[in-house]
Amino acid sequence: MISYLIRRVLMLVPVFLAVSVIIFLILHFIPGDPIDNLLKVGSSPAARAEMEARYGLDRPLPVQYAIWLGKVLTGDLGTAIVARRPVLDMIAQALPHSLRLGGLALLFSSVMGIGLGVVAALNRDRWPDRAIMGGVLLGSTMPSFWLGLILMLVFSVWLGWFPVSGARSWTALVLPVLTIGLGGTALVARITRVAMIEAAGKDFVMLLHAKGLSPLRIQLRHVLRHALIPVVTILALRIGWILGGAVTVEVVFARPGLGTLLIKSLSQHDYPVVQACLLMLAMAVMLGTLLGDLLQAAMDPRVRAALA
Amino acid sequence: MSALLQLSGVSVAIGKAHLLEGIDLALDRGQILGLVGESGSGKSLTAMAAMGLLPLIGGRVTAGEVRFDGTDLSTLGEAGRRHLRGRRIGFVTQNPMTALDPVQRIGAQIDVVSRLHLGLDKAAARARTLDLMAQLRIPEAAAVAEAWPHQLSGGMKQRIVIAMALAGDPDLIIADEPTTALDVTVQAQILQILAGLVRDRGLALMLITHDMGVVAQLCDRVAVLYAGRLAEERAVGPIFAAPAHPYTRALTLCIPREGMARGSLHGIPGAVPSAAAYPAGCRFHPRCARADATCRATVPALSALPDGGLVACHHAEPGAP
Repeated sequence: MISYLIRRVLMLVPVFLAVSVIIFLILHFIPGDPIDNLLKVGSSPAARAEMEARYGLDRPLPVQYAIWLGKVLTGDLGTAIVARRPVLDMIAQALPHSLRLGGLALLFSSVMGIGLGVVAALNRDRWPDRAIMGGVLLGSTMPSFWLGLILMLVFSVWLGWFPVSGARSWTALVLPVLTIGLGGTALVARITRVAMIEAAGKDFVMLLHAKGLSPLRIQLRHVLRHALIPVVTILALRIGWILGGAVTVEVVFARPGLGTLLIKSLSQHDYPVVQACLLMLAMAVMLGTLLGDLLQAAMDPRVRAALA
Repeated sequence: MSALLQLSGVSVAIGKAHLLEGIDLALDRGQILGLVGESGSGKSLTAMAAMGLLPLIGGRVTAGEVRFDGTDLSTLGEAGRRHLRGRRIGFVTQNPMTALDPVQRIGAQIDVVSRLHLGLDKAAARARTLDLMAQLRIPEAAAVAEAWPHQLSGGMKQRIVIAMALAGDPDLIIADEPTTALDVTVQAQILQILAGLVRDRGLALMLITHDMGVVAQLCDRVAVLYAGRLAEERAVGPIFAAPAHPYTRALTLCIPREGMARGSLHGIPGAVPSAAAYPAGCRFHPRCARADATCRATVPALSALPDGGLVACHHAEPGAP
């Protein structure tokens, strides 16, 4: 298990390098230049060259990449060109907001999704199943930014229960969490239901019935236990996705966070900030994948045996 | 005094498919009843009916009654039937490879039966589990109890399944083709274990099999099923000496015997019809050499043979050797 963990972490190294190259290059290939934002209109080419030299933008790309990567690896994310602050500070300020939002959304969609999926599976083809699956279909077809606007209209503008935007109180978290969490709930509920039904058809479940165990105990202690293996894997994979998905929702609700920071820096072509934001999101995806694999091994002795 | 397990005129349907019709069986303690027939003849369904597990596969008893120790299963609620399963009726499955929960340790899967049905605490249940495992000649029982199912061989898993079936101290074991999925050498061991349980503990054993050789060696009585109906039900001696039903005769001819000429092994032409396409009259008539107009039109009733057996055939042989 320990050797697997080490191998699995080492496998992330080439992935990280590939991701870093892509993140670095993408920004150099999109049009626009942060220097444009810094220079006064009509500045001389000499002023421009001096500015470029100051930020190292006059060097060849591979050199720029090597310097950037070296700094990133030592925890130095550089200084924002436009915002003129250490990028690390900006990330440190934004990240907790995003983690809180994403974490709560993940928790919400796990609890609700697994709960609804179990209820649907236990009532297969009866009305609770049909009702839940109908809701799930509706939930999974709505884009999150649109859902966010609808929730905002109903609960903030009409009912006045929650603030329209911002992050000043915990109530401001409710609607953004719902916006991200509802789509995830739909996905998790659907996967849980299918996994439960699939697991319930296995041979060993028949033998559990033959042992005289109660159906509810069989469903919750054995069938659900099996169904959770794929569900937990998918939830872990969603960690990165939810942080990325929070981008639009943060903007819709005007919340501080990685998404808002990313969008703002992108519009200003503030390379170091954008790169750091993308790096954070990519690392969230990588760590989610790692966590998914580890959880699967923790939950299934056959997987552990295959890895040993 | 009725038998421990008694099926009287039991018919079973799943949805609109009528899969079993008028099954009569009786099995007592210390006896081994062989339930034989080709795939699709309704052997496993009979076992499910005997355990009251039909609802699990969407099936129901449409006629007749299943009595266990004098009690009609249909008068028991689901909870009452559950108290029989595991406690008084142990079940051994066909495929031990898939019979155990892959994410639960071996010992816990056996413990649960005696904890649930005998009210033992954790330690007492484990002691009982280890004791049973030792009786079934499972080496290093304590270590095996802590193992995961995937770490055991098929034969060892089947012993675990048998230990599970025994943990509730049952009166009846139903074994659904317990050796089909195992290596030949292991098959004999498992059958010896099962036969030993009947001999030493006075259990009743319903042995579902399609191996007439196994039947000849182990069983006291044999019930031959064909396409969801009982063809013949008799003591094992007469059924081999003088099969009354042409299908039984054909089955007995399928066993290779010492001194048989090479190439003289028989098969039965044709195949068991599917439930959707059962022929009218006797369901065996399309494959039967004795079939005539009566067989094609009229369902043969079960009639008693002089030796106490039952046969359902218009042209049954007298049944005396």
